[in-house]
Amino acid sequence: MDFINAIVVLTNFTLIPALAYGSQLALGAIFVTLIYAVLRFANFATGDMMSFGTMFAVLLTYYFQSIGLGLGFLPTALLTIPFAIIMMILYMLLIDKFVFSYYRIKKSPPVQFAMVSVGVMFVTQAIIRIIIGPSDRRFLDGEKFILKATEFKEMTGLNEGLTLKSTQAITIVVTLIIVSIMFWFLNKTKTGTSMRAYSDNEDLALLSGIDPKRVVLITWVIAGILATVGGILYGLDKSYRPFVYFNNMLPIFAAAIVGGIGNPFGAFLGGYVIAFAEILITYAYKRFIAYLVPENMEPDSLMQLLSTDYKFAVSFSILVIVLLIRPSGIFKGKTI
Amino acid sequence: MRKYSNIIAAYSIMLILIILVGIFQSWSIALTILNYCLISAVMTIGANIQWGYAGLINFGIMGYTALGGLAVVLVSVDPVQQAWQAGGLNILICFWIIVAMVVLIRYLLKYFDKSKYRTYGIAFIIIGGILLLRLTATPGIEAIEAVDPAKTGFLGGMGLPVLFSWIGGAFLAGGLAFIVGKIALGLRADYLAIATLLIAEIVVSIIKHEEWLARGVKNVIGLKRPAPYEIDLQTSQWFINLVEKFHTKKLSLINSITERQDALSQLVIDASSIYVKLCFTGLFLSVVIVLLIVTQKALYSPWGRKMRAIRDNEEAASAMGKNIVKEHLFIFILGSAIVGIAGAMMVTNDGLFTPGSYRPMRYTFVIWVMVIVGGTGNNFGAILGGFVVWFLWVEAAPMALFLINLFTSHLPETNSVRVHLIESAPYFRFLVIGIGLLTIMRYRPKGILPEKIEIK
Amino acid sequence: MAFFEGTQMTAGYGDGPDIISSCSISANRGEIVAILGPNGAGKSTAMKAMLGLLNLKSGSVTLDGKDISKISPQDRVKQGISFVPQTKNVFAELTVKENLEIGGFLREEGLDKMIENIYNLFPILSEKKSQIVGQLSGGQRQQVALGRALMSEPSVLMLDEPTAGVSPIVMDELFEHIIKVKKTNVAIIMVEQNAKQALSISDRGYVLVTGQNKFEGSGDELLNDPEVRRSFLGG
Repeated sequence: MDFINAIVVLTNFTLIPALAYGSQLALGAIFVTLIYAVLRFANFATGDMMSFGTMFAVLLTYYFQSIGLGLGFLPTALLTIPFAIIMMILYMLLIDKFVFSYYRIKKSPPVQFAMVSVGVMFVTQAIIRIIIGPSDRRFLDGEKFILKATEFKEMTGLNEGLTLKSTQAITIVVTLIIVSIMFWFLNKTKTGTSMRAYSDNEDLALLSGIDPKRVVLITWVIAGILATVGGILYGLDKSYRPFVYFNNMLPIFAAAIVGGIGNPFGAFLGGYVIAFAEILITYAYKRFIAYLVPENMEPDSLMQLLSTDYKFAVSFSILVIVLLIRPSGIFKGKTI
Repeated sequence: MRKYSNIIAAYSIMLILIILVGIFQSWSIALTILNYCLISAVMTIGANIQWGYAGLINFGIMGYTALGGLAVVLVSVDPVQQAWQAGGLNILICFWIIVAMVVLIRYLLKYFDKSKYRTYGIAFIIIGGILLLRLTATPGIEAIEAVDPAKTGFLGGMGLPVLFSWIGGAFLAGGLAFIVGKIALGLRADYLAIATLLIAEIVVSIIKHEEWLARGVKNVIGLKRPAPYEIDLQTSQWFINLVEKFHTKKLSLINSITERQDALSQLVIDASSIYVKLCFTGLFLSVVIVLLIVTQKALYSPWGRKMRAIRDNEEAASAMGKNIVKEHLFIFILGSAIVGIAGAMMVTNDGLFTPGSYRPMRYTFVIWVMVIVGGTGNNFGAILGGFVVWFLWVEAAPMALFLINLFTSHLPETNSVRVHLIESAPYFRFLVIGIGLLTIMRYRPKGILPEKIEIK
Repeated sequence: MAFFEGTQMTAGYGDGPDIISSCSISANRGEIVAILGPNGAGKSTAMKAMLGLLNLKSGSVTLDGKDISKISPQDRVKQGISFVPQTKNVFAELTVKENLEIGGFLREEGLDKMIENIYNLFPILSEKKSQIVGQLSGGQRQQVALGRALMSEPSVLMLDEPTAGVSPIVMDELFEHIIKVKKTNVAIIMVEQNAKQALSISDRGYVLVTGQNKFEGSGDELLNDPEVRRSFLGG
C-alpha cells in the first residue's frame, strides 16, 4: 500500500505536471526548430509570437463569455483557437513580408536574421502591451478538475490524492493531436516532403521545381498554429502574462537545442526532457521517500536536489551540458 | 577634419537633445539621462569590442552587468562580522572544496588517457563534491541568513572604497567570460547568442537566490558613493555660499528675509542633487574617455588589424597561423570585463543593488540595439548608439504621451480609447526601439556611424 | 540547329571578369556531349550559364528552337532541363524514394510509374528505397542524384563532374548508367575531369581553354588528335 501511495505522490506532483509543461514546451520548441530548419534563423521573437496569438484567444474568450457563448464543461478558449490562429498567421505573414523576406532574398547571414528577430520581438511586445497591457490574466472557465484529490482518495482508499486538472488533460491531448497531424503532414504528404527537402538542400530543391515562396508560406502557417496553440495551452494551465511568455522563450530554446535544432521530432522530445528535468530536480522527495522507508528512517530534510528558485537554471544547465558534450543535440539535428 | 564632421554633428545633436530635456523637463532629469547614457556607452564599448572587432555575439551582457553590480556589494560594503562568525568558515571551506574539485578534475584530464574509468572518476568527483558542498554549505548558509535578516543576513563585503569595485567588477565579469568562453566560443554565431543568454540567466538566478552572498532579491541599499551626499552638501557652508553666489540676482529680487531664506534652501536642495549628479558625470565621462582612447589605439594597432582579419576571414587568418580560439577568448574576456565595469558603475550611481531587476530585455537586448544602431566596429558609433537608444528608451514614453494627447485632444477625457492609449504610453518605448532597430538594419545596416578603417 | 544549344555565350560572376567568352556548346537528343579542359577553363561555368544560374552578357541559349536565355533556372527546369550539381546533389536527410518523389515534384501524374522506371534503370535504388540517402555509399548517392534528375523526364540532362571522387570501378558503372540514360533519347551534357574515359563514351566533345572553344569533334576524333592528347589527355 505504501508503495502505491509513493507512486501516486510521484505521479501527482511530477509526472502529470511535467507531461503538461513538457507538451507546452514541445509545441514552442517545434515552432523554433521549424523556423530554424526552413527559414534558417534563431527566432528571438518566439515567446512574444506565442504571446501574440494567445492575446487574441484571451480577448475573444472575454468576448464570447460576454455574449454567452461557451463549450459547457470545456474552456471557452478552445473555441477561440481557430480565430487566434488566423490572426497569428496573418501577423506572421505581415512581418515576413515587410521584414524577413528582404533578408531572405539577400541571403543574409543567420546572425543578421537573429538581430532582425530581436527587432520584431520589441515591436511585438509593444503591440501586445498596448493592446492588452502587461498584467496577469486568467481566462480559464468550465470544469477545473477531471479528477479531484478527495474523489480519488474516496475511490481508492489511499492516503494520497491524485489530481488531474482539465487543463493538463487538454494540454496533453491537444498536443498529441497537433503533433501527430504535423508529423503526418511533414513525412507523408508531398508538400511536407518538399518542406523537408527545402530545409535539407535549398538549391537542389529549387532545381527540382519546389516553389520557395510556398514553402515559406506553409512554414509560417504551421508555425502560427504551433505558436498559438502552445501559447493558449500554457495560458490556460497557468495564466497569461506577456512578460512570462517572453521569458518562456529561454526554456523553449533549450528544448529545441537539446533535441537537436532543425529536427522537429527531437524538439518534441526535447520539450519533455527539459520539463522532466526541471520538475524532477527541483521536486522535494520527502513524502515520496517517507512511504518507501521504515517509519524511523524518514528523512528530516526536504530531499530536494535544488530549490525551486533554480527551476529555469536547471534547463539552462542541461543545455550547457548538451552543448559541451554533444553540440548537435541528443537527437542529432543540424551541426552547429 | 572632414572625416570627423559626421561624428561631431551626431554628438552635437545628442547634446542638444539632452539640453532640451534640461530646459523643458528639468536639469536633474537631463543629468540622470546623461549619466545613464555614459554608463550605456561603457556597455556598448564592451559589446562592440566583441561584436565589432571580432564578430562574437554575446547576449549575456545582462550577466556581466549583474556581476559588476555584485562586485560593488562584495568590495565596498563593510563585512558583517557576526555573519562571518556564524557561517563564514563553512563558506570558506566550500570555496576550497570547489578549488579542490577543479584541481582534481584538471589533474585527471591531464594525466590520464580518455577511458571509461576516467569518466567515472570525474563523475564521482562532481557528485561527491556537490554532496560535500551541500553538507557544508547548508548549515553555514542558514546561520548567515539568520543574522539580523531584515538588515544583513549576508556576509557583506571587504569594506574598501567603492571605486575599487569598478575594477572588481571587471575581474568578476572577466572571470565568468573565461568560463563561458571555454564552453561556448566554438559554437555558430546564433547558438553562441542563445548559450550566452542562458548562462547569463543562470548567473542572475544564482545572485537572486543566494541570499548569504548579497541578500538576493532582498536587495542591498545604501551603498557607498564616490561623491558627496546631498544631506552633507545642504549643511556645508561653502556649498550654500556657492549657490547663493550663483543665484544672487534671483535672490536679490526677494525682499522678505524669511522668504529669501526659504528660496535659498530650496535652491540648495535642488543644487545639491545636481552637484552630486555632476560628480558622477565627471567620473563616468573620464571612464568613457579612457576606454575610448584605449580602444581606438587598440583598433589601429597590429592587434586590431589581426582581429579584423580574423573577423572577416576566419579560415584565411587561421591558415596564416593566427590562434583564433585564443584571440577570441581574449577579446571575449576583455569586452565582458568592460561590461562588468559598467555594471559596477550603474550600481554605484543608483546606490543600491537589486538583483531582481536584471532582465534580458533591458540589459541584453537594449544594449545590442545600441551597438547595432550606433555602428558596429566603430567606437564613436557604439558610444553614440548608447546615447541615442538610452535617450529614446527614457524619453519615448513622455513623447508618446505628448503625441497621444495631441491626436486625441478632440476626444473627451473619459473616452475609453484615449484613456487606454494614455495608460499604455510607457510601452511605446518598445515600439520606438523595435522600429528604430528594424529601420536601421534595413536602410543603414552599418549603423549611424559606420566602421571606417583607413589602411595605413 | 541542335536541340539544346548555347551560342557565343559570354558570362561571369557578378561584376567580376568574364569566365567564358564567346563559348558555344550544343547537344542533340540521344547524344552524350563531354566538356573538357584544364582547371579554371570555365567548364562548369558554361554549363551553369546554359541552365541560367548566371546571366549572359551576350549570346543565347535555345531549347528545341526556342530562345530561353531570359528565363529563370526554375522555369528552364520546367521546360525539361535537368541538372545534377557536382556537390550536394542529393537530399541527404531524405530517403531514396523521397528523393525521387521530389525529383518528380512538378509531375502531375505517373509518379509511381516513373519511380518504377528509375528502379529498373538503377536496381540498387529499389533495394535501398527506404534508406536515408546520407547513409549510402558515394556511387549509390550519384545514382540517386541521376535518378532524381531523371524523374522529371527531362529532354536535356546536365551533369557536373558525375564521377568526381568515386573509385574507378564505380566510375565505369556510372558511365554505363549514363549510356543507358542516353538510350532513352535524352541529350546529355557532362563536364568531366576524367577526359579519356569520358570521351570514350561521348558522341562529341568540346575542349575549353580560358573560357573559349579550343577543340571540338567526335569522341574518337578528339581521342586521336595528337595535340589534344598531348595537352589534355596526358600523351
